[in-house]
Amino acid sequence: MTEKATMQALARLVPEGSRVLDLGCGDGSMLDYLQRERGCSGYGIEIADANVLACVRRGVNVIQLNLDEGLAMFGDASFDVVLQIDTLQHLRNAEVMLRETARVGRTGIVAFPNFAHWPNRLSVLRGRMPVTRRLPYQWYDTPNIRVGTYKDFEALAQKNRLRILDSFGLQEGEAVRFLPNARAGTAVFHFERSA
Amino acid sequence: MSFIATPQSMHFPEALPLQSGASIRDYHLAFETYGQLNADRSNAVLVCHALNASHHVAGRYEGQDKSEGWWDNMIGPGKSVDTNRFFVIGVNNLGSCFGSTGPMHKHPDTGEVYGADFPVVTVEDWVNAQARLLDRLGITQLAAVLGGSLGGMQALSWTLQYPERMRHAVVVASAPNLTAENIAFNEVARRAIVTDPDFHGGHFYRHGVIPKRGLRIARMIGHITYLSDDVMNEKFGRQLREGLDLKYSTQDVEFQIESYLRYQGDKFSDYFDANTYLLITRALDYFDPARAFGGNLTQALARATAKFLLVSFTTDWRFSPQRSREIVKALLDNRRDVSYAEIDAPHGHDAFLLDDARYMSVMSSYFDSIAKEQA
Repeated sequence: MTEKATMQALARLVPEGSRVLDLGCGDGSMLDYLQRERGCSGYGIEIADANVLACVRRGVNVIQLNLDEGLAMFGDASFDVVLQIDTLQHLRNAEVMLRETARVGRTGIVAFPNFAHWPNRLSVLRGRMPVTRRLPYQWYDTPNIRVGTYKDFEALAQKNRLRILDSFGLQEGEAVRFLPNARAGTAVFHFERSA
Repeated sequence: MSFIATPQSMHFPEALPLQSGASIRDYHLAFETYGQLNADRSNAVLVCHALNASHHVAGRYEGQDKSEGWWDNMIGPGKSVDTNRFFVIGVNNLGSCFGSTGPMHKHPDTGEVYGADFPVVTVEDWVNAQARLLDRLGITQLAAVLGGSLGGMQALSWTLQYPERMRHAVVVASAPNLTAENIAFNEVARRAIVTDPDFHGGHFYRHGVIPKRGLRIARMIGHITYLSDDVMNEKFGRQLREGLDLKYSTQDVEFQIESYLRYQGDKFSDYFDANTYLLITRALDYFDPARAFGGNLTQALARATAKFLLVSFTTDWRFSPQRSREIVKALLDNRRDVSYAEIDAPHGHDAFLLDDARYMSVMSSYFDSIAKEQA
C-alpha cells in the first residue's frame, strides 16, 4: 500500500507538525512524506534489517524492535499520532498492540487489508482464498498471520473502548464511506482512548 | 591494501584538570588523521577507542605488513566512514600505552616514571583532552563522534560535555554504565595483575620486570567475555590440540580453547601495559552519566543535542542490546533524533570490530546521510 494516493489519504489524517510513531514503518516512506509535506517529526519501528537500512538511508529515525515485545520503551501519550499501517496483520497479538497504540498515542491510525471486500468474498464463496493486488499471497505462503474485516475491527475497537474519530474504506486511494466493509480493499480507523 | 597512515604527537604544556581533583600537565597525545579537512572545517569525525586499541584506527604503517588500524574495515577511502568525504581523527587516550602520556612515562616534576602514581583518568577526562586536541587542530564542531564499547561511552559523554561541538554521535556496542557483572570481570582482571609478584605495586618498571602472568590472565578472562558461547563452540568446540586421546594431565594444554586463550594472553602481555589495564578498566567502571541525576538516564541525557545512531549485536552479552536500548529510551524521552539497529550477529561483543554486511551497510548509510547534510 505504498501507492502515493493511499499514502496521501492516510497522511491527511495526521495533523501538521505532529509527533508521530510509525509501527512497522517499512522503508520509512510514510514518515519521510509526513516530515517533508506536513512538518511532522518522529520515529519508525521496524524489525526487518532491510527496512531499517532503508530508513537510515532516507534519514528517517528508526528503532529496530520486535513489536511483539511491546512498546515498553515509550511513555503514555508520548506521541500525537501512532500509525499502524499494514502492520496489524503481521502481529502475533494485535489486540495488545492496539491497546499499546492507544496508550502511547493521543490518537491512533490503523489501516489494514479488509478481508470483507467483495472480491475476497466472491473468492471464498467459490471455495478458494483470495489472491488479489491487496492480498497478493497464496494462503500457504504469506507474511500475514491473520486477516480481518472492517466490521471485525469496529467490534475490537468497541471492546477496547476506543473512541472512533473517523473510519472509512480506501479503494484506489479514494475514500469509501458507503458500505466500506464490502466496497473497500483497505479499512482505515482513526481513534483515541475513551476518557 | 590499505593507505599509509602517519602517527603524530601533540604536546600540551598546560595542566588538564581531572575529575578526581588532580591534574596532569606536560603531556602528549598521539593521534592520526585521515582525509582532508574541508574549507569550512565541518567534516571532522572523531573516533574514540576502547580498552586495548589506539589512535591507529585505519590505514597501515609504511613498510609494515599487517599493520592495519583496528577499524580499518570501517574507515578509509570508499569505506563506511569514507575518508574521501570525512576528515577522520583517531586519538590515543591519556594513560594508554600506545604513544600518549601514560604510566610508563616520566612525571614532569619528579622525573620519575609515573607507574602507579599516574592519576586516575575518567571517560570525561579523556573527552576533555580530546576537545583540547581539536582546539589545536582548529576544529570547533565535529560532524560526528564515533566509538564502540568504551569508545561508545566517550561518544555518549561528548554529547553531554560538548553538545555544541558535535552534530552526530555514533555509539556502537556500548552501555550507559557497566553492570555489576561487568565490573566483576574487570576486578578479576585487575586482581590477576595486582597479585602478580612482578607487579611491585605498579612500580615494576624500576625493577626491570613486567607482570606478564597477570596481564595474560587479565586478557584471557577479557577475551572470553568478548566472544559468544556459540562462536567459541563453533571455532573450538571440544577439540583437542593433539590427537584424540586425553592425556590425564592437569597442567598441560589439552583443549584447543586453552591453547587459543594462552596464545592471546601471551600476545597481549608482550605489548600492553599493566597499569594502563588497571586505569582503563577503572574508567569503564566509573562511567555513569546518570549518577549525578540519581540514576535517571533521561535527565542525564537532556543536555545532548546531537543526532544519534546506536548499534548493538544480539549475541553481545558484555554490552548487551538491552543496555543500548536504555540509551535509546532516554533519548526518546528527550525527543532527540535517534536511530537504533540491533544486528543479529553471532560474534558477541567482538562483532563491533568485524565485518558484517548489515552492520557495515547501516554505518555507511548513516555516514552517507551525514555527508549529504553538509553538501
